[in-house]
Amino acid sequence: MKKLVGLLIIALLLVPGVSMAQDVVLEFQQWWEPELPEGSFRAILDDFEAANPGIRVETISGPYLTTKDQIIASAATGTMADVVGLDGAWVNVLWKQGALHSLSQAMEDAMYDDSELAAQIQLAGETYMIPIANFIYPVFVNLDMLAAAGIDPPSTRAEFSAAAVALTDPDNNVYGWAQPLSLEQPNGIQNDTMSWVWASGGSMLDDMGQPNLVDNELLASTMAYIKSLHDAGVVAPGAFAMKENEKVEEFVNERVAMIINTLAHFTLIRERNPDLNFDITALPAAEGYDGPRGLPYASWGIGISSNTEHKAEAWKLIDYLTSVEGNTKLTSIANAFPGNVNATPDFIQTDPLFITAFEIFQEGFLANEFTGLPAAEELMRQFDEPFQFYLEGEMELEEFLEIAQEEWEDIFS
Amino acid sequence: MDSASQSQVADPTNIAWEQRKRRLLPYAYLSPTLILLAALTVVPIATVFLYSLVDNVIVNPNPPVFVGLENYEEVLTHRKFRGALSNTMYFSLVSVAAHFVIGLSFALLLNSRLLGANVKAVFRVIYILPWVFTASIIAILWRLLMNPHGVINFVLLELGLVEELQEFLSDRRLALNAVTFINIWSGYPFYLVSFLAGLQGIPDDLYEAGRVDGGNAWQLFLNITLPQLKPIIISLALLDFIWTIHQFTLIWMTTGGGPMRSTEVLSTYTYKAAFSSHEYSIASTIAMVILVMCTFVAVFYVRSQRMVDE
Repeated sequence: MKKLVGLLIIALLLVPGVSMAQDVVLEFQQWWEPELPEGSFRAILDDFEAANPGIRVETISGPYLTTKDQIIASAATGTMADVVGLDGAWVNVLWKQGALHSLSQAMEDAMYDDSELAAQIQLAGETYMIPIANFIYPVFVNLDMLAAAGIDPPSTRAEFSAAAVALTDPDNNVYGWAQPLSLEQPNGIQNDTMSWVWASGGSMLDDMGQPNLVDNELLASTMAYIKSLHDAGVVAPGAFAMKENEKVEEFVNERVAMIINTLAHFTLIRERNPDLNFDITALPAAEGYDGPRGLPYASWGIGISSNTEHKAEAWKLIDYLTSVEGNTKLTSIANAFPGNVNATPDFIQTDPLFITAFEIFQEGFLANEFTGLPAAEELMRQFDEPFQFYLEGEMELEEFLEIAQEEWEDIFS
Repeated sequence: MDSASQSQVADPTNIAWEQRKRRLLPYAYLSPTLILLAALTVVPIATVFLYSLVDNVIVNPNPPVFVGLENYEEVLTHRKFRGALSNTMYFSLVSVAAHFVIGLSFALLLNSRLLGANVKAVFRVIYILPWVFTASIIAILWRLLMNPHGVINFVLLELGLVEELQEFLSDRRLALNAVTFINIWSGYPFYLVSFLAGLQGIPDDLYEAGRVDGGNAWQLFLNITLPQLKPIIISLALLDFIWTIHQFTLIWMTTGGGPMRSTEVLSTYTYKAAFSSHEYSIASTIAMVILVMCTFVAVFYVRSQRMVDE
């Protein structure tokens, strides 16, 4: 009897061990969890685990920059997590290292229908990143300041210039627009500079996806337009050292009337200045352009490590996060636009500003040509440097674009 | 002595082993330090040196190709490197000189007999405060102060010293001096503390003898204070020069090397090559150039220390 009891106890002790041994544990490294309400991301993963017995997800979470450094370093040593959160700016360098598994292959293996995906980031014809949450960058306008000046939110470049001039009051430290061009965080080139080109249906690349900065009429006229704003003194001072968060602070403190900004800052702006009366509008387009407007955006993308032994399970996780159910949950808590065209986050039905944003989103198209480019951040920086010389009047437009083109070609080659 | 013992002692194999052991014993004692040195210094430096001799590493899945000194040629002839080198020299030399002057001046003030002990204690705390902050806090603090809408602009405008807002960190003509000023502010307390300790160690007899010989305050300073502080001055200046060449956080967080590369220094240039362009071989090459520069200074430092010891 004693022997029987002993064996029973041993068997009971082994059961969880055997069960654990059978579970596939997926490591999922991303920067999203710290940016979401505590426990909310884990709850989504718990739902996934409940729907997929035998797969457990362990999160490796950290701030954006730490995550970026760790993912690039782990890719170099072949120790990247099974599933990784990706920014479009890193995809190329990871792809070059052969660190990412082809999601086209994963979809084919799983016989997945990709028609519901809003976007796929492809390199050499294969998908390596799927954006699952998108944060668009419309123009935020201070309605009280506009009303005081008797102006409507601008829709064209000419209207924007006129509004910026009317709203600028240097004696009271108030300016029409803020353009962050810090070289430490050169994303102002993507969000606050090149976005003007995309909003008018332009491009910084040619048909082959190569740099096309020289002899690009729309791009050149856009840069000249931005310079005219600087020359008119309607841009907040300190632009060359300004960072994105400082631009938002200027808007929150009502020292700047209009900024191009991410929807992700809605909550922050409302918390910092609950009395701020603001709205959003699409980025102004060049006169005469009536096509759909490109919307700059940032994404939370997702990919699979080429070294993982659990590619099928990793795909199941991506499948869940891009499904209507999973994507709706994630984008609802992230205040982001969905990566699944049929997902409808809660906030879209409840918040009037998000309703406007969703209309802008539906009328335009996601445009961020830096996504997937080699050393995207460095491309922005290499554009930023001569751009500053041009804005200062120390370089002609053609020379600035030729230098930027040359620098970009170096990086592309 | 029995025969067994005799044969053991006389055994030539044992003698050779004993001799070898005696020769190796000092190395065994040194081995923990040598292993640590190799792991923490020699291996990383050797790796970076090897990286500097190949086309690209880390992010390149193909085996790296040996390119000899091509990377050095590319780096040393690049206009951006020369610009960064020039800015680094200006930033470092002005910082070291200002640290010396301010540190010594404050140390002399705090060493004065004219001040009471309590007053000295209060000023010691005030003067040493910049040293307490980390580089990132200092960067944030001065970004706010030097903001076009910040306190400094407000004061300058109110006093009528300037007619329009000054963009200290985003104006090409001001930015390098602005970051150098911030670095001077953050670094002088180290000099102050060291000089104060040095001043307190100078015997009063020397000053009394100087006064008996008719020396005035300036002559006493030139002929007694400075020569007595000379070993500290040399050590501090050399160490500070090396540290300032490496300064990264402060510049990165205030200007990022801009505007228009006006504050680009070797550390920010290296960082961009490595973590923005992912050109780790080029970054390793710049790192080796900085290492050679610092080694020259370090040799002077070691020599000066030897002279002090002798």
